Amino acid sequence: MTTSGDKTHPSAIGASGDVALHGAVALTRTFHAGTPPRNPLPLGLVALLVTGLVVVASWATLYEVGMALEAVQAATPLAEAVLAALGLSAVALMVPAARAVRLARAAITAQAVNDLIQARVKGAESRNSSLVAMGFAGALVVVLLTVLLFVVNNLAVSRVFFYIPLISSSFWLMVKAFWINIYIFMVAEILVLIWGLVIAIARMAPGSAGRPVRMLATFYVDIFRSLPGIITIYLIGFGLPLTHLPVLKDLSQESLAIIALTLTNGAYTAEIYRAGIESIHWSQTAAARSLGLSYMQTLRYVVVPQGVRNIIPPMLNSFISLQKDTALVNVIGTIDAFNQSIIVASNNFNLSPVTTVALLFIAITIPQTRLVDRMIARDRRRMRIGGS
Amino acid sequence: MAFLEISGVKKHFGPHPVLAGLNLNVDEHQVVCLIGPSGCGKSTLLRCINGLEEIDGGEIRVHGDRITGPGVNVDALRRDIGIVFQSFNLFPHMTILENVVLAPVRVLGQSRLEAQDRAMALLKRIGLEHKAKEYPDRLSGGQQQRAAIIRALSMDPQVLLLDEITSALDPELVSEVLNIVRDLAADGMTMLLATHEMGFAREVASKICFLCDGVVHEEGPPQEILGDPKKERTRGFLRRIIEAKRL
Repeated sequence: MTTSGDKTHPSAIGASGDVALHGAVALTRTFHAGTPPRNPLPLGLVALLVTGLVVVASWATLYEVGMALEAVQAATPLAEAVLAALGLSAVALMVPAARAVRLARAAITAQAVNDLIQARVKGAESRNSSLVAMGFAGALVVVLLTVLLFVVNNLAVSRVFFYIPLISSSFWLMVKAFWINIYIFMVAEILVLIWGLVIAIARMAPGSAGRPVRMLATFYVDIFRSLPGIITIYLIGFGLPLTHLPVLKDLSQESLAIIALTLTNGAYTAEIYRAGIESIHWSQTAAARSLGLSYMQTLRYVVVPQGVRNIIPPMLNSFISLQKDTALVNVIGTIDAFNQSIIVASNNFNLSPVTTVALLFIAITIPQTRLVDRMIARDRRRMRIGGS
Repeated sequence: MAFLEISGVKKHFGPHPVLAGLNLNVDEHQVVCLIGPSGCGKSTLLRCINGLEEIDGGEIRVHGDRITGPGVNVDALRRDIGIVFQSFNLFPHMTILENVVLAPVRVLGQSRLEAQDRAMALLKRIGLEHKAKEYPDRLSGGQQQRAAIIRALSMDPQVLLLDEITSALDPELVSEVLNIVRDLAADGMTMLLATHEMGFAREVASKICFLCDGVVHEEGPPQEILGDPKKERTRGFLRRIIEAKRL
């Protein structure tokens, strides 16, 4: 009861006048669980109505898809069977809504005979079912709108981005050009891993003797982190051959792209390494040094191996972004997959080859992002258990 | 000439003096226990002897050779002065055996086989040979601390510094660690230990030093310091230890 809230507990002031440790602030509290539940029926009816409308909308959309297929002579019996099956399964959306209404009526019946607990249980289940039904309905609406976007205006969107004949005729050309991206990525990544570690260690060079090294490394990281990668590639790709410097002027375009990507990405990777190395507690260094290991031996055998373990997920993320950055090399005219697809696309006045390249990037990237997610989850689990 | 001579050592962190001209001598084969309230400089003193902290004044000598100040090869010094930490500080990415052989192989240049044989012999001596291939997080705190002691012993140090090595352990694991220290004392290892285990200090110490305000406030044989201390602050400290039922 709230009215007795300001009364103090009689034992709050002890005999000696000191405040007791227990019961010093005494309030009489009661627990309210007995209020009658809200009526769940209106929400259930709304869910039923919404899902009904969405089912009708999906039938209309499927009809549009069927018409579009007919227009491009793709309306095979199999395709029509698939559309019909989809139309039927859309009705499943109404099952949780119907269940919500049924449960709501059970709740009202229970309330009528004053069975409060049963009414609360049924009411909660009913509301949950309503929300499930409407959640699925909402998601389906988004999917339907996307499908419509592809079929409206006589398949305009589909023809621009997914023109199947052009995709299949240029597919292998794109895959072959994509090897250039993979080659650039692989070599650049290996160089980045080495270069980043060198920079990270330079940034942490100890003592006042290490100060100029630290400053230089910091300067490098600052510069290349603030430069857009595409500008670095442009400057190096076009600039180095113009310098007429021995060796540098004769490098292939791919090599120049690799140098530019390594310089850009190495700055980021150095920062990831540094975060990993700094996350190792100083007591580990103390233990290693106390055994007589030198500064470099301590880094080599104790600090870096542990630091690297902590940064595998962010490092993989940076791999992925480097992988995607390989598409930037088209600014210096390297015939990578993106550039190749632009050439084919402009010859045919159709963007479908570029879509192919986009799909190739997606195909190699998604497995890696999933892997990173899984590693992060595993790390979290391990830390919760209290492992090392 | 004492084996380890600490004279007038000063160390401060910022404006706060931790060691204020501390003097202490340790003879060979002596076991010296440092006791005192937390913050009195026990750990800092041990870290200074090992070169993990630089001192701001005074000097430390081993066998008459000055080991503080510029020009001292601290890596070489640390081969002879082992330290064991309160929080074990085993390398979590290495097995127990790898932890133990790392320094002998990389610092002393022993062959891996030779170092492993010796490490296994040491681990067997303390009953941990079956854990040699395990990672530290698979061991109990007591086992980890015993492994950390073995790691320090693998370098064959002339003196061993023990920094509250049982403070992070559950009570039932303390004795297994103290047994090793007892054995080492019986073998004649020179040791300097910061500890809160007064009963153990009374048993193994050749000398107990009560540290207070960064100096050795009172020192003497265990029965004198723990039984009948002369100075008021030592008495106050012991009274609180006894109140907490730790002695």
